[in-house]
Amino acid sequence: MTDAGRHPNITLLTMSEVKELTGVVGNFHVRILKRARYVKEKECTACGDCVEVCPVIIPDEFNMGLSSRRAIYSPFPQAVPGAFAVDINQCLGHSPVICGKCVEACKKRCIDFDMNDEELEFDVGTIIVATGMDAYDPTILDEYGYTRYENVVTSMELERLVNAGGPTAGEVIRLTDGKVPKSVSFIQCVGSRSQRRGRPYCSNICCMNTVKSTILLKEHYPDIEIKVFYLDIRAFGKGFEDLFRRSRGKGVRYIRGLPGTIKQDPATHDLILTVENTATNELDTHRTQMVVLAVGVEPPADMKAIQEMLALQTTADGFYLEAHPKLQPVDSASRGIFFAGCAEGPKDIKESVTQASAAAARAMRLMNPGVLTVEAITAEVDPERCTSCGVCARVCPYNAISVDRATKLPAKVTEAACAGCGTCAAECPEDAIVMNHFTDAQIEAQIDAILENDAAGKILVFACNWCSYAGADFAGVSRLRYPSNTRLVRTMCSGRVHAKFIWRAFEKGAPVVLVSGCHIGDCHYINANHWTERRVKRVWNRMGKLGLRTERLGLEWISAAEGVRFQQVMERMEQIRKSVTPEEIAETVRIIKKISEQKQG
Amino acid sequence: MIAENDHNENIRIGVYVCHCGSNIASVVDCVAVAEYAGTLPGVVISRDQGYTCSEPGQNQIKNDIGEFELNRIVVASCSPRLHEATFRQCVSQAGLNSYLLEMANIREQCSWVHGGNAQEATSKAMNLVRSAVARVSLLQAREETEVPIRRSTLVIGGGVAGIQAALDLADAGYRVVLVEKQPSIGGIMARLDKTFPTMDCSI
Repeated sequence: MTDAGRHPNITLLTMSEVKELTGVVGNFHVRILKRARYVKEKECTACGDCVEVCPVIIPDEFNMGLSSRRAIYSPFPQAVPGAFAVDINQCLGHSPVICGKCVEACKKRCIDFDMNDEELEFDVGTIIVATGMDAYDPTILDEYGYTRYENVVTSMELERLVNAGGPTAGEVIRLTDGKVPKSVSFIQCVGSRSQRRGRPYCSNICCMNTVKSTILLKEHYPDIEIKVFYLDIRAFGKGFEDLFRRSRGKGVRYIRGLPGTIKQDPATHDLILTVENTATNELDTHRTQMVVLAVGVEPPADMKAIQEMLALQTTADGFYLEAHPKLQPVDSASRGIFFAGCAEGPKDIKESVTQASAAAARAMRLMNPGVLTVEAITAEVDPERCTSCGVCARVCPYNAISVDRATKLPAKVTEAACAGCGTCAAECPEDAIVMNHFTDAQIEAQIDAILENDAAGKILVFACNWCSYAGADFAGVSRLRYPSNTRLVRTMCSGRVHAKFIWRAFEKGAPVVLVSGCHIGDCHYINANHWTERRVKRVWNRMGKLGLRTERLGLEWISAAEGVRFQQVMERMEQIRKSVTPEEIAETVRIIKKISEQKQG
Repeated sequence: MIAENDHNENIRIGVYVCHCGSNIASVVDCVAVAEYAGTLPGVVISRDQGYTCSEPGQNQIKNDIGEFELNRIVVASCSPRLHEATFRQCVSQAGLNSYLLEMANIREQCSWVHGGNAQEATSKAMNLVRSAVARVSLLQAREETEVPIRRSTLVIGGGVAGIQAALDLADAGYRVVLVEKQPSIGGIMARLDKTFPTMDCSI
């Protein structure tokens, strides 16, 4: 930790949050809000004189509320940076009339209430997302009585109690009487591996964390009686089984079965656990003086902001989705953005460190050559056809197109800024933009080939590369069956799907057409799929006016992790397809042909 | 002026249908798909192969590009999200522009999801190849550009993972901006007492 604080190559910004992120790999621009500390970071020596005079006393969140702190504080003795900070929401204020005691007490004059929040801007080539985890809050699991019985604590609270630097200087005590318990029971899988409440997945760390805690307790108090109630003990890592054996060797009892209820003996505040021992099939009761809930790991509550800013996707468990679970486990689907630690899923320290080094290495691999090869999938304006109307510039999520409407000069694409979504080509009213490698002709050739024979039997799907096409791949990896008449046409973004592609498909006899892309907010081209949505709505509108059933054109957002959803959508499209009669198709073809003839005429 | 498709260009396509061991071949009749591909316009050579991504598989493509003067390649195998980069590299090693390649996804989007009906799966595979051949005929060579990349990294989160990543990068000479919302770095790790499996101090 201290290394990170003093490294000349690291700019450490605490009390800070990323507010805005723009740009692409190689050249991201980030805006960071650094909240005022009200203590000069470089000058404070952490002497503590200010703390002594601060009159505000509040629960200390670092110690899980088991002790208190002042409004001016250091979260823990080894904090980096070591400088104190003022919790401005709790502080009474620095006006001498009200308080301002700390300002007086600080002889070095480090406390400065005139400090303001700062906005800092940086340009970076790559990003590592290490946003971590939250511990599961067991309040909702009423049967364990966490909110009712003070002697029921979480594993995180035990960590602070057993810690020499914690509120009790390492003495594990019961909260009811302040005495060291003679017996402790651990309950495993609290908030994990449950299809009903909590999380369905295994949180990965709680078994070994409990094993560790039992050994620590036995070392502190050799006579303490410890029982662990579990479903399975997953001691799968290097050295883990050894540790588990040590725990059992010290007399810790492992009992298979989770308590159904916990009741408190009102006289002693002891806890009585009723457990079905699944090894013996007997219903037992156990009396214990303290219960520790081995709480699971959750995605942090506030990860949504970063997720949206970086257009990252999550798996069903709520953690970030990696580019490939086996081959690219620290890469995100967006080039230049990597994951480290629990952001991608529950991990212990060793795994987090391993993944962090891997993410750093992946980032270096990208940055080391100093240049980056960019795919040649970019838009190009045909100056002959361009009328300088400015639509392309308006829809471009990257501001990569400039049009000067006054001079009437043709639109210009800045190739380095163009990410290749193709929205401009789909919106250009003059067909003056060619989207290289996904040209109109190339996409139309695919549509025609798919509908060449037995068009009435096909489900034509436009799928974006990053989400819905990947979702279809995920359905494949999961071996989920769906109708075999689906045909995908891949585009980089759903924003590329020109209305004329949809009309062409219907003209060629398609019974149904589906446009699919990333969920709104998750688009890999910032917000290009907003234009997809608007465009499809326009086509629906027109279909309605022409007397065509609008449900024959679907619009669905399917993420890369939603294989099941892809399957369900395909089944629904097949139901709609079956409802389309040959007469209906013939009528549609006739209507569209008539319109295109009129246009040409 | 925009480079329109050069209609004078003599399109010569090679189609390679991958068995992927039994991943595709146990459902899709790859021999029949390759035979069908041979009948499509512009296709000069079509083959079925055990593993197209293997070295012999790729060498076959490279040899054919020389021998049959192929200027477009279709690989019918897994998802382009998996192996497009592999085959792009393969064709460019044989002197063909890497953008003159198209893939037909007959594994993730065919054999793996239509296992119950080999006949329909085979007919879908043929149709996907048909569509890929139609597209590849119109593909144009593209040149990739190089842009500068900044040698600096933003690390979001100052827990054990963020700290480790920041230190590795910083030690290697890259600039790092490490952002943490709390007043101190350390995250959850800093709250732990001893840590497994070494039972040593966390900080």
